[in-house]
Amino acid sequence: MNARTRFDALADALLAETPTDEVLMLGYYAEASDFVRLNHARVRQAGHVSQRELRLELVTGARHASTDLQLQGDLEADLAMARGELAALRTLLPELPEDPYLDYAETVNDSESVIIGTLGDRVNWLDSVADCAGDLDLVGLLASGTQAHGFANSLGQRNWHAADSFNFDWSLHGADNRAVKGRYAGSDWQPAELAARIAVARARLDALARPPVTPVTGNHRAYLAPSALGEIMGLLGWGGFSLKALRTGQSPLQRLADGKLTLSSNVSLEEARQGSPAPGFSGVGYLLPPSVTLVDGGRFGDALTGPRSGREYGMPVNARMEMPEALAMAPGELPEADVLATLGDGLYLSDLWYCNYSDRNSCRITGMSRYACFVVAGGELVAPLAPMRFDASVYDLLGGGLEGVTREREWLVDASSYGQRSTSAQRLPGILVDGFPLTL
Amino acid sequence: MQCRRDSATLGAMDAALDPILTRFRSVSPACDYWTLRVVATREERLAVRQDVPEPVARSQGLGAMITVVVDGGVGYGATSDLTADGLRHAAGEARDWARLSARLPLADSAPLPRLGGSGHYASPVADPWDDVPAADMLAWLAATASRLRAGEQIVDWATALYHRAQQVLLADADGHAIEQQFSWIAPTLRAVASDGTMAESRTVGGANAVRQGGLEQLDALGFPDQADRVGEEALALLAAPPCPNGVTDLLLMPSQMVLQIHESIGHPLELDRILGDERNYAGTSFVTPEMFGSYRYGSELLNVTFDPQRPEQAISYGWDDDGTPAERLHLIRDGILQRPLGGTLSQARSGLPGTANSRACDWNRPPIDRMANLNVEPGTTPFSELVKGIEYGVLMDTNRSWSIDDSRNKFQFGCEFGRVIRDGEVGEVVRDCNYRGVSADFWRNLAAVGDADNFEILGVLNCGKGEPNQAVFVGHASPACLFSGVDVFSETS
Repeated sequence: MNARTRFDALADALLAETPTDEVLMLGYYAEASDFVRLNHARVRQAGHVSQRELRLELVTGARHASTDLQLQGDLEADLAMARGELAALRTLLPELPEDPYLDYAETVNDSESVIIGTLGDRVNWLDSVADCAGDLDLVGLLASGTQAHGFANSLGQRNWHAADSFNFDWSLHGADNRAVKGRYAGSDWQPAELAARIAVARARLDALARPPVTPVTGNHRAYLAPSALGEIMGLLGWGGFSLKALRTGQSPLQRLADGKLTLSSNVSLEEARQGSPAPGFSGVGYLLPPSVTLVDGGRFGDALTGPRSGREYGMPVNARMEMPEALAMAPGELPEADVLATLGDGLYLSDLWYCNYSDRNSCRITGMSRYACFVVAGGELVAPLAPMRFDASVYDLLGGGLEGVTREREWLVDASSYGQRSTSAQRLPGILVDGFPLTL
Repeated sequence: MQCRRDSATLGAMDAALDPILTRFRSVSPACDYWTLRVVATREERLAVRQDVPEPVARSQGLGAMITVVVDGGVGYGATSDLTADGLRHAAGEARDWARLSARLPLADSAPLPRLGGSGHYASPVADPWDDVPAADMLAWLAATASRLRAGEQIVDWATALYHRAQQVLLADADGHAIEQQFSWIAPTLRAVASDGTMAESRTVGGANAVRQGGLEQLDALGFPDQADRVGEEALALLAAPPCPNGVTDLLLMPSQMVLQIHESIGHPLELDRILGDERNYAGTSFVTPEMFGSYRYGSELLNVTFDPQRPEQAISYGWDDDGTPAERLHLIRDGILQRPLGGTLSQARSGLPGTANSRACDWNRPPIDRMANLNVEPGTTPFSELVKGIEYGVLMDTNRSWSIDDSRNKFQFGCEFGRVIRDGEVGEVVRDCNYRGVSADFWRNLAAVGDADNFEILGVLNCGKGEPNQAVFVGHASPACLFSGVDVFSETS
């Protein structure tokens, strides 16, 4: 029984049994993934994970509660477990107070999307690593498999999203662990594409062999490659665009949203779900809009609004959680090929790391340089950058300090896999900044 | 109190996992060695925000990881399908990966650790979570939440209680079986004050406090008694000046020491980081193998233990997830580095001594080197004497921001709450408290260690690491500690 058939069978049985004075919502997740962990271009740990989960959310009037279950494999046993949990929820609900912020989709909107990929096979993966990087110190994780998300409710709605995908997140390490980051993600595994990416990283690794330089602390001109910008955007996602955070004064972008500050007119941010690996429906049945404008020409656009906040603050729902899953920044006019020449003297930052707020009210962020970062002089990479700490306000980096935005953008698929593989992604350009403050 | 048995899955937690083991033995693969690790988890989170109960959220998980050694390789198969067919299939995946991994083995890998025996461990629980109905618990949370609203400028306030119960069965091809049962509890009190131009928050618990046991642990974690203080301090922060800038004495309270220990002792001492496994994700370490036994990590006042034997601390256990018996060991004694945090496999790979700290977050992730209970042992200085010894400095309490480089050296941490100390007296409240330093130097500036009276047993709920990623609970305990010559600052000064 495949994931879709299993979900439909569960949904058909459970929803048919739902009394008319109840609303039952079912959320389904299934994953069958291989994970190959590599160190020194060799296998550190490898295995396969197969998991299925079912969320039961039961509503009676304005009372509701939910239970997440791990499905065991036998349909009748799983149905029995789900029925048992529903009985427990029916016992619980009368004890609970009414929830004034209960919200779920009451209009039926079915949807279905399936991405069938070519993921390669296990032998080919290992052969590709051995062939391309057998002489290199490659470290990383190859995750590959199928993920499926489903939703159904007793109002008659069904949604399904399934995708085959792989995400090979790796780095090549040289002298003193100076490293080049590499990524290869998609649904069509091509060994030649992996080989090409590793070849590019190998060449960059040679440049890291020179002794690193520790620049003086203080402001520097800097180029932040898309991945570096992605670290900052990832942090902004934690509360930055959340309606709840904004309405309670806790958003780091509060002053932007309140119109007290602006970003550069070259900054436009969008939650762009078209083509995103994430499912297009929420856990309570809302179909999510293909696009939400978050920042338009430097001014705050719309907040991301989940169902609960939508009800509390009277705003339409436009997000599953109140954080971006498919953040895109509009491209600029700076050709990537001209970045070093335009930078002249400064820092080339391929990646940043461990960003966190040093002052949320001012949207100040601290973090570290990581991977292939360089000191640039006369438009040339002259030496690797020693690990350096920065502390900067986003209002400066993306405001008055923003000198340029690259014409090209990079598609960065989130490699995280806490509990299950992430389906988030970012599409970002690089940015040229005057006044990037190093502090330690 | 009324006994709460309203969840059909409660029975699953109490049910023996033995039938799964029996089923697996009937389909176990032909191989050199196997282990079966079954994990059953039940969670519940109850919360009240702004006097409105949040939806009750429950979850229950049950799955198994089968690890197989065959033909010189090791592989795993993990599944939530615990039928005979499901277990057989997972074992087949594990065997396939074992054979494949033998084609490209990590040069310094060693055989899978073997269980040395059988046994049982259980969290001590005096007041079980299940004894209190959810409605009563929500009423308690609501009453506590109302105490957080100390004034009109409190714009958001919330209370929460989180409970996790877990049962782990680890068995092997040699007939050994270890069964461990855990119960954790974690409270949250949080208030946010805003004047329309800035917001300041104050928290007790949250991501930085978790204990093993039942409801009897809440009092020691500040719930609900600290509710009034949380609201009042949030308001005080709103009216407070920013933290002064400068190099000065820094007195860290236990709720910040948790983070300081975690990031700049715990992670650097993880042996798998030192061996390079984490270089693509969590990072490496400034600590190198030759440092153990001689390197001065901190002042002679610094004593750090791996201690799985404090019953109420979050990660006390009998065995790690490789089945290695756990014992209390010094990682740093009198400031000198003694041993890393490394499980049996990492010890074999490195030739270094270690600890029983090979842990997995759940059935669907393999064990790796993790922190468990990692503590700064109490010294002899009463809290009042710590303060009296400071001519000028800053006291900081409760972590709110953390950032450290990938070798765990250059750090910058921020705290919710601060006070200036002058001439041995605690003075005014200050906000936006940050400090930065370098791990290799910072601990050598440890000038005084609080005594057992201000030793707090806390923890971290969100320690992330590993590929694929794993988030685990970690226990940390510490007294307040005084550091000299620290760069403290506020970004808004």
